[in-house]
Amino acid sequence: MTTIAEDKPAGSASVVLKRIFVRLGVLPFLLVLALVVFSIMSRQFLALDNLTNVVRQSVFLMIVSLGQMMVLLTGGFDLSVGTMIALVSVVTATAMAAAATIMPNSIPLVILLGAVAGILAGVAVGMVNGVGVALFGVSPFIMTLGVSSICFGIALFMTGGTPVYGMPSAFGDYIGFGKVLSLPTPVWVALLLVIVVYLVVNWTRYGRALYAVGGNARAALLSGINTRQTQFFVYIISALLSGISGVLLTARLNSGEANIGSSMPLESIAACVIAGVSLRGGIGKVENVVLGALFINIVQNGMNLGQIESYLQTVVIGAILIFAVIADQLRLRYVADLQE
Amino acid sequence: MLTASKFKRSVGDPPLLELMKVSKRYPGVRALDRMDFTLEPGEVHVLFGENGAGKSTMISIVAGATQPTEGNLLMKGCPIHLNSVHEARAAGITTVFQEFSLVPSLSVEENMFLGSEATKFGLLDKRTLRAECRDILGRLAFDLDPDRAVSTLSRAEQQMVEIARAFRSELSVLILDEPTASLTDKETDRLFELIAQVKARGVGIIYITHRMQEIERIADRVTILRDGQLIGTVNAKDVNGDDLVRLMTGRVIGQVFPTIESQPGDQRFAIEHLTTADRAVRNATISVRAGEIVGLAGLIGSGKSEIIRAAFGLERISGGRIKLNGKDVTGWSQRALLNAGFMYLPSDRKLEGLMMVRPCSENTTLAALVQNSHWGGALRRGKESLKSRDVLRQMELHPFAPDRAVEAFSGGNQQKVLLGRSLTRELSVYAFDEPTVGVDVGTRASIYRFIKTLCERGAAVILISSDLPEITNLSHRAYIFAGGRVQAELMKDELSEQSVLPHFFARPSIRSQ
Repeated sequence: MTTIAEDKPAGSASVVLKRIFVRLGVLPFLLVLALVVFSIMSRQFLALDNLTNVVRQSVFLMIVSLGQMMVLLTGGFDLSVGTMIALVSVVTATAMAAAATIMPNSIPLVILLGAVAGILAGVAVGMVNGVGVALFGVSPFIMTLGVSSICFGIALFMTGGTPVYGMPSAFGDYIGFGKVLSLPTPVWVALLLVIVVYLVVNWTRYGRALYAVGGNARAALLSGINTRQTQFFVYIISALLSGISGVLLTARLNSGEANIGSSMPLESIAACVIAGVSLRGGIGKVENVVLGALFINIVQNGMNLGQIESYLQTVVIGAILIFAVIADQLRLRYVADLQE
Repeated sequence: MLTASKFKRSVGDPPLLELMKVSKRYPGVRALDRMDFTLEPGEVHVLFGENGAGKSTMISIVAGATQPTEGNLLMKGCPIHLNSVHEARAAGITTVFQEFSLVPSLSVEENMFLGSEATKFGLLDKRTLRAECRDILGRLAFDLDPDRAVSTLSRAEQQMVEIARAFRSELSVLILDEPTASLTDKETDRLFELIAQVKARGVGIIYITHRMQEIERIADRVTILRDGQLIGTVNAKDVNGDDLVRLMTGRVIGQVFPTIESQPGDQRFAIEHLTTADRAVRNATISVRAGEIVGLAGLIGSGKSEIIRAAFGLERISGGRIKLNGKDVTGWSQRALLNAGFMYLPSDRKLEGLMMVRPCSENTTLAALVQNSHWGGALRRGKESLKSRDVLRQMELHPFAPDRAVEAFSGGNQQKVLLGRSLTRELSVYAFDEPTVGVDVGTRASIYRFIKTLCERGAAVILISSDLPEITNLSHRAYIFAGGRVQAELMKDELSEQSVLPHFFARPSIRSQ
């Protein structure tokens, strides 16, 4: 009874595909499929200009997804990333516009002040999430859903629903549209953050604690890990990353808007899940999440080029998310098969 | 053929239930080896043997929870195949398992009829359900409110629900796996009256127990198992307790249990007059010295595990002191206690011990992240990987695949990974809670060797175990718990099953205080 598995033809194509599927998940297959389909649908798709465009567009989602992933690793999730971006945008624009009228001659300082104010607002929101989840044991679902509503309300209240203008044009010119060494500034920021998050998650004690809390919080506690502190800080990190994304988006739009980011919670969770991050916590890789965020933007870009209506695009994103979860269930079944 | 039953069965009729040469193999172990067994209608047939002897495997086969590798099951002479607990129940075989299978958020009544609710026109027939529920509880004289949520019940009350549930349908075989483990004497008496009732109706009862008094009181026949093999079936009135223990432990114990030298040194760890907030431990005092293994014995819920869990900050303490290497550490966090050299490894590896989806290597080094990183918090993954490989090799992980998720390994290997955690950092006091629970004989021996090495290197070891041979063979000193109190302290030369067992039963007066 021990030799059942041995007589399978190991080299056959389906077994190899199965192996790849089990090892890497559904994402590589989806990426290849998307690239093939869209390059057939539109000639422009594979043009260098377009691909650079995709990367630039995906930066905002990518940064948010990094934070979302860290929260997912602990077995929680952050639904407030969307309205948090809206709040950060409004606060950044308001603070920057105010600072610009007070000291119109020191533009770099004005930009810095505005960005810091926005990011701090985001971090404050993250602290509220962290206190609720880690200290009071509120379920992450309810906590971040509630906070999401609070952020949206504050952002609308501050602006009355109209965009906030009055930021120095240098903000948009350098941070939103600027290039450094022929790469857009936001791409540099994202690159830096991907590296930092990769190091934190894989090469620090804190990163290991994230996996441990999601893998088995009780075991982590018994092994001397401060589980509450780990949870508390992960919501702050997620908020910090969303905040940075919010500032970059504000620079791109050149105005503070209270109704941006509404698709972020869904898309960031989708990017993670497609990349194989477990919703039960404890499983996930940074590099895959980067690809996951890229993939979602590739799909959107491809559908734009293929002139698919934007309302239908939301349908497709939702369908892909569900498909990815089903594929992950299948994968777990195959894992058991291959171990026989 | 012996028939101790008072229930009449004419000669030539097949027994109610029969096992013929039934074996169950798991990779590397024969959990049950060509088992023969018969159950007559109207008899109480006790299964007797140590943990891991094959009792649980046998009843889970009869209950339909596992399928035998080979052999036949016959019911009233007809071969049957039980593919699930549900099928077994349909055939009239009902099991009260040791682990509860209750839904905590549902009420007593809802739990009792779960999966077989009476309906009228497709809707729940609540009136009938309530009447049946009251009827069953009344017959059992169990004092339970049908509307109470199971999560609010005590362990004993949950056990009562579990037992009551077995009586909801027509029975022909009833399996009871240590049903009295958490019942009071009064509740036990009621259960026995009930067993007598169903016996009179011709139900055959398979009863697992470690308690000699129960065998004397209710058993008709006793089947003794050892290491998965049938040792024999005897009439209960023909044997006494000593005979049974001799039959049960007849193997050369030296094979499994090593001899462990002890040169007790300074006192490392002491718990003084500890009482927990939930009164699971009451005014208990124990101490452990360097280079000795101290056993904590008792039934589940006796306080033997709770006292150490309280010391490790897992239960709330209402009184008493905990001292580690002479320092008062009462109320310290797990993190601080680990840094001071005390580690507790829990009994439930899935619930509290392991991150099932993470690799073995990460699981072993989980408690030693500080030791394997730079002061800034950056991990030294090379060093960490070497350490975990070294530890897992010492623990004889098999197959040796440290990068594979823990959930892919057998229970025994999972246990090795968990225990290996204690080797990844410097410690002076080790507490193992049921270190061999659900583990096969080979792994058991290697876990004992591991404990031996720790002790002989001068560590203070606390061994919490419900497995009596483990306590009597390994500990140099043992405390026996019952009703949350220390009932006795026995030295190595005084330790035997006969000397320990009487202390397992707290006087009822202590319980009701």
